[in-house]
Amino acid sequence: MAYNCVVLIKQVPDTKRITGEAMNEDGTVNRAALPAIFNPEDLNALELAVQIKDEFGGKVTVITMGLPAAAAVLRDSLFRGADDAILITDLRCAASDTLATSYILSCAVKKVDCDIVLCGRQAIDGDTAQVGPQLAEKLGIPQITYVEELMELDGKSIAARRNIGAGWQQVKTCLPVLLTVTGEANEPRVAAAKKMMKYKKARTPIEVEQKIKAENAEANETEIKEFIRHKCSELEEKGLLIKQWDLNFLGADLSWCGRSGSPTKVHRIQSVVLAAKESKNIEPSGKGISDMIHELIEDKTIS
Amino acid sequence: MIDVNRKGEVWVFGEQHGGRLEDTPIELMSKARRLADKLNVKLAAAVLGNGVDELAERLIHYGADKVYVASNPFLERYQTNSYAKVMCDLIGKHKPQIVLYGATITGRDLAPRIASAIKAGLTADCTDLEIGDHKGQKGQLHKNLLFQIRPAFGGNIIATIINYDRWPQMATVREGVMPPPEPNVNRRGEIIAEKVQLTQQDLPLEILAEHKRAKKVNLKTARVIVAGGAGVGSKENFKLIWDLANCLGAAPAATRAAVDLGFIDSDHQVGQTGTTVRPVLYIAVGISGAIQHQAGMSGSQKIVAINNDPEAPIFQIAHYKIVGDLSEVVPKMIKVIKEKTI
Repeated sequence: MAYNCVVLIKQVPDTKRITGEAMNEDGTVNRAALPAIFNPEDLNALELAVQIKDEFGGKVTVITMGLPAAAAVLRDSLFRGADDAILITDLRCAASDTLATSYILSCAVKKVDCDIVLCGRQAIDGDTAQVGPQLAEKLGIPQITYVEELMELDGKSIAARRNIGAGWQQVKTCLPVLLTVTGEANEPRVAAAKKMMKYKKARTPIEVEQKIKAENAEANETEIKEFIRHKCSELEEKGLLIKQWDLNFLGADLSWCGRSGSPTKVHRIQSVVLAAKESKNIEPSGKGISDMIHELIEDKTIS
Repeated sequence: MIDVNRKGEVWVFGEQHGGRLEDTPIELMSKARRLADKLNVKLAAAVLGNGVDELAERLIHYGADKVYVASNPFLERYQTNSYAKVMCDLIGKHKPQIVLYGATITGRDLAPRIASAIKAGLTADCTDLEIGDHKGQKGQLHKNLLFQIRPAFGGNIIATIINYDRWPQMATVREGVMPPPEPNVNRRGEIIAEKVQLTQQDLPLEILAEHKRAKKVNLKTARVIVAGGAGVGSKENFKLIWDLANCLGAAPAATRAAVDLGFIDSDHQVGQTGTTVRPVLYIAVGISGAIQHQAGMSGSQKIVAINNDPEAPIFQIAHYKIVGDLSEVVPKMIKVIKEKTI
């Protein structure tokens, strides 16, 4: 029995590498100054999907919503074993909170035949872990969150072990299902050289358009269109065209997308400035340390 | 979708497992009490389970005016779908203006499912909550909104999130960031039994097995914490952390880096992805002080930092700064403490 898996992935700023230069003066984050990476736990979700394909057969489709540059993580997924890649890009997706994002993703997942939907537990830019459960609700399917091990797949049902903080729980449910996968679930494979050779030329239509426009500055609009159409069908024949969907194609209700579909709004952003009110330098000598300990005992901090 | 309801109550989800109330609903009570008082509305808790009536009394002791109790054999064990369905029904019926959940594994599994079903906003992992006014882009004033304050971008910024048009205003709140109130056993409140309509269909999961272990250390209640970072160097050197903790009666803790290096078990991890602590004294040994670590310990009353790098960010928040080699400084501290406290 083969299974079709859909993996939802996200390109995120590498928040672990935030330095002073990445902060704007008003305390907001300058995303452009940060390297964009594959959200770490989404790699674990992809790995689990590819493992399912390797063992049982089937197909792995990756979907991301983002700017055209997010095609990079789709290509990376193809290098690591995905079969099909879809970019949802549309300016009307901007400012979507988790509710609007899960709505848009649900419209896309409904267009793909699938048994198992996989997400990373959470993305490192927001750390909310909300989109997975919200998407499961919109799809009307059960969810298993915090998955750390897939135990069994028997055609109709799935059993998995989930992390419940201090301990674990083994649960079973019917397919289709949505899983959110933790970093402990597996060790994501690296890109395979053969697949890299094949898919490094995979492109989205918007990337094709950008390149053709840059290379044919003097051509007229009709010619450009024709070049793009030609290049895209050439890529498609070779299986190298990354699908690109917009909200019209998804048939999404725009009132549930972007800012209007997002109940949560930002009131204020502050940069984190932590500083001790009073501080003392203590000499690393016996006397310095002894005085400090004495002071801490005096003010009853330690007893 | 629920309209703005200014008279709505403030709710806390009374998370319980096996008849034992979790710490988070209790931690939430003092803050939720203040929010409700500011809005001049009642504070209520919602408890779901089977035979959980006595938990309602306890929640009243901790500050609730009312407790809605949904008791049913189908709610014996937590499942996303059944709990979400009952919570959605209760929210639809009573129209609270604020619903708060602990950002526990269960809270983070449940709250988004509810938010999606009722198309409400939800802010994850808040570290503080306030009531305040918001001026919209077109100048319209929204008074008395829930300010949902949370770190974002890996703790590098603090965002205040609001939700003015689709209610209730919902948030999950980090474990350990709010000190629990003292219970008052003389407090009286109203307990309301709610009818539950569930069928087997609402229980899509079969729970095959469960294993819960006690955490190896309770950092949340520790008065003094001695924490080690990657700078400690090795698992052998980490013994210094244990020794210092032992002679102070303190809890040993660590940064994520030290846990990842295998120096100590992840139960001891303090920070954004670990436990948030607020001890009287926090001794940071060989910790550079990444923002993710600071997010979990900057609420400590006093911080002692020991590091050989004078530029380490931990020194910016330390009250006592010791620039030196930890393998010399820590034994000296142990010696002095043993002399002084005997």
